[in-house]
Amino acid sequence: MKRYGLMVLLLLVVLTVASCGNRTATTETDSGSAGEMSETTDSEGTTEESGDTSAETGEVEVFSWWTGGGEAAGLEAMIELFAEEYPDITFNNAAVAGGAGTNARAVLATRLQAGDPPDSWQGHAGQELIGTYVAANQIQPLNDMYEANGWMEVMPETLIPLISQDGNIYSVPVNIHRANVMWTNPTLLAEANVDVPTSWDEFFTACEAIEAMDKVCLAMGEQWTAMHLLETVLLGSLGVERYNGLWTGETDWASAEVTTALESFAQVLDHVNSDASALSWQDAAQLVVNGDAAFNIMGDWVNGYFASSPDSGGLGLTPNDAYGWAASPGTAGTFQFLSDSFVLPVDAPHPDGATAWLNVAGSKAGQEAFNPVKGSICARTDCDAALFDAYLQSAMDDWSSNEVVGSLTHGVVANDSWKSEIDTALGLFLTDRNVESFQSALAAACASIGACQ
Amino acid sequence: MRIKRDALLGFLMVLPSIIAIGIFVYGFIGWTGRVSLSNWVGLLPNYEWAGLKNYTNLLFNDPRFMVDIRNTVIFTVLFVLGCLILGLFLAVLLDQGLRGEAFFRSLFLFPMAISFIVTGVVWRWLMNPAQGSRISGLNLLFDRIGLDSLINSWHATPTWGIAAIAIPAIWQMSGYTMALYLGGLRAIPDDLREAARVDGASEVEIYRHVILPLLRPVTLSAMIILGHISLKVFDLIIAVAGKQLALDVPAIYMWTTTFDGQFYGRGAAIAMLLLLSVAILVIPYLYYTIRTEAEL
Repeated sequence: MKRYGLMVLLLLVVLTVASCGNRTATTETDSGSAGEMSETTDSEGTTEESGDTSAETGEVEVFSWWTGGGEAAGLEAMIELFAEEYPDITFNNAAVAGGAGTNARAVLATRLQAGDPPDSWQGHAGQELIGTYVAANQIQPLNDMYEANGWMEVMPETLIPLISQDGNIYSVPVNIHRANVMWTNPTLLAEANVDVPTSWDEFFTACEAIEAMDKVCLAMGEQWTAMHLLETVLLGSLGVERYNGLWTGETDWASAEVTTALESFAQVLDHVNSDASALSWQDAAQLVVNGDAAFNIMGDWVNGYFASSPDSGGLGLTPNDAYGWAASPGTAGTFQFLSDSFVLPVDAPHPDGATAWLNVAGSKAGQEAFNPVKGSICARTDCDAALFDAYLQSAMDDWSSNEVVGSLTHGVVANDSWKSEIDTALGLFLTDRNVESFQSALAAACASIGACQ
Repeated sequence: MRIKRDALLGFLMVLPSIIAIGIFVYGFIGWTGRVSLSNWVGLLPNYEWAGLKNYTNLLFNDPRFMVDIRNTVIFTVLFVLGCLILGLFLAVLLDQGLRGEAFFRSLFLFPMAISFIVTGVVWRWLMNPAQGSRISGLNLLFDRIGLDSLINSWHATPTWGIAAIAIPAIWQMSGYTMALYLGGLRAIPDDLREAARVDGASEVEIYRHVILPLLRPVTLSAMIILGHISLKVFDLIIAVAGKQLALDVPAIYMWTTTFDGQFYGRGAAIAMLLLLSVAILVIPYLYYTIRTEAEL
C-alpha cells in the first residue's frame, strides 16, 4: 500500500519535471500571446477612456506583422492617409513583431479562438487566408466593396480567381511581390560568355560554363528557399495551365509531366552551393552580387535588399549594373505573385472602421503611400510609375500585361496544412534525393488534404 | 492535536501550488492527451474522436518521424557521453587542489547560465560551413593554423549533421556535469584513497577501482538530467540551423506541424510521445532514489 502511494507520488513529480520542459514548445506561444493580448487591450482601454463616449464607429484596430523597416514605415504612411480621410476614427495599430508573421499569426489564432477578433488583419492573399479563415467562418466576402470602388477594373483579371473562393473575394491586396525572378551577376555572365537562360536546358548549359570558372551556378539558402525554387521549377517546366491544375486537382501529381519537372528540380539542385542549408535568403542573394555565384532565384524583396541604402540594412547597389534580373527559366510572360492583404471579419467589433480601413488599403493613394516605401508594387495597375525604382517599374509593366499565377511558398495556391506536408516531403527529398518517393509523397499530400481525389 | 494542526496548516500552505499545478500542468497534459485523440486540423478546435490514428500514423507511417527518432538517438548518445567524459575530466583536474580552483570552477560553469538560443547563435557563426573564399568561423581558424584536415561542413554534413549540434550542447552542459562530479568527488572520504595507497594501488588504479565505482550514483543522476534535456532539444537546433528536415527532432516537428501546418491533433500526439519518452527515462530513476533515500 505504502509502495503504491509512493509510485503515484513519483509519477506526479516526474510529470511535473517533464512537463516543465514540454511546455516551452507547446504552450509558450500561448502564454506569450496572452501577454501581448493584455498589452493590446490595455492600450485599447486607454484610448477608449480618452475618447470617453466615442461611438462604436469611432475606432478601428488593425492587426499586422509590419513592425520594422520599410513595412512599418509604409504602414505609418497609410495610417497618416487614413487619419486625413477619416479624422473621426481612431486608428489602433496592433502590430505583433516576429519572423514573417509566425508570432503574429499565433497571437491572432488565440484571439479568434477566444472570440476577440481585431477589426481587420493582415494575411497572405489566397489559400493561406481562405483555407484558414474562410474555412473557420471568420471573414466575409468583399465583392460589394470591390464593385463600389471599381477595383475589378484596376486589378489584373487573372488575379481575382486566385484570391477568391466560389466566386467570393475575401481580401484586399495592398502590395504585390513577384516570386519567379532570377537575379543575375552581369559581370560574371559576361566573363563566362553566357546569355541569361530562358529555359532550364539553357540554364544547365550556362551552369557548365560558370562552374568551369570555379563559381557557384545557382545560389540557394535554407529549406524554405528550396521550396521557393521548387515552385518556380514546377511553373517553368509544367507551364501555366498545368501548374494551376496542380492546386485544383486537374493536374495529376503522379503524372509523367510532374516526374519530368521533379527530375529537372533534382538536376537544378546539383548546381547549388553546398552550404545552402546554412544560408538565409540574404546570404544566398549576396553570393550573386559578391561574384561568388551567377544566379539566385528568389522573390523581388531581393531588389529591396540590393538597392536600399546600407543605413536601412540594404547593400546600396545600382540596378542593371551590379545585378540584373529576368523571369526564372521557362516563366517569361508569367507573373507568379504573392501579396499581403487585409480582411473583413464576420464579427468585427467596429465594422464601419474596418470598412474605412479597407477602402484606404485598396485606394490608389493608399497603395502609392505604402508600396514605394515597402519596396513592392501596387496591386492596382494604375499607380504612378514615377514613384518606383527601375526594377519595380519593370515589375509593374509585367504585372499589368502578364498572366498571373500564385506562389506556393507564400500562401497563394495551397493552404497551410498542404504547404506544410509539401515542406516535409521536400525536406526528405533534400536529404535522400529520391524523385520517386518525393513524387508519391506529393501525390499523397494532395490526396490527404482533399484537393485531389 | 498539535501535530494534526501543523499538518493541516502545512497542507493549506501548499494548496495554492497544488491547485495551480493541477490546472496548468496536469489539466493541460490531459487536454493535450484529448487533442491527440482528435482529428483537429485547422484554426478552430475540433474534438472529433480519432482514436489512436495520430499515434499509429506517426509511429508506422511517417518517414519524418523516423528521421526525428534517428536524430534524437544520435544526438542523445553523443551529447550525454560527451558531457560525462568532459565533465568527469574537468572535475578530476579541479579536484587536484590546484590554485585558483574557484576561478576555474566558475569559468567552466558559466556556459550553463546562458540560454541555448545565445549558444546557438554564437555557434552558428563558429560552425559556418562555407569553404573556399567565403570560409569563416572555426573553419577559418583551422585554415589559418594549417589544420586543413579539420575543415568540415559541420551541421550541413549530409546524414551526420545532427552530430555537430551536439558540440555546442556539450560545451554548454559539460560544466554542469563537472559540478555534479566535483560534488561527488568531494564526498569521497580521503581515508579510502589512503587505504588504497597503503595497499599499493597506483593513482590510476585508485580512480579505476575506488573512485569511479563510488561515483556511479552521480553518473546516473547526470545521465538522467542530460538525457531528458536532449530528448526535448529544440531551441539550440533552431538557433544553429533553422527549420530544416535534415536536423529535425520531435520537438521541432511538433512545433511546425501544429503552428505552421495547423495539424493540432498530430502535434499533440508528438507532445504526448515526448512526455512518455521522458517519463520512461525519469520514473525508474526517481523511484530508485526515493527508495534509497527512504532506506537511509
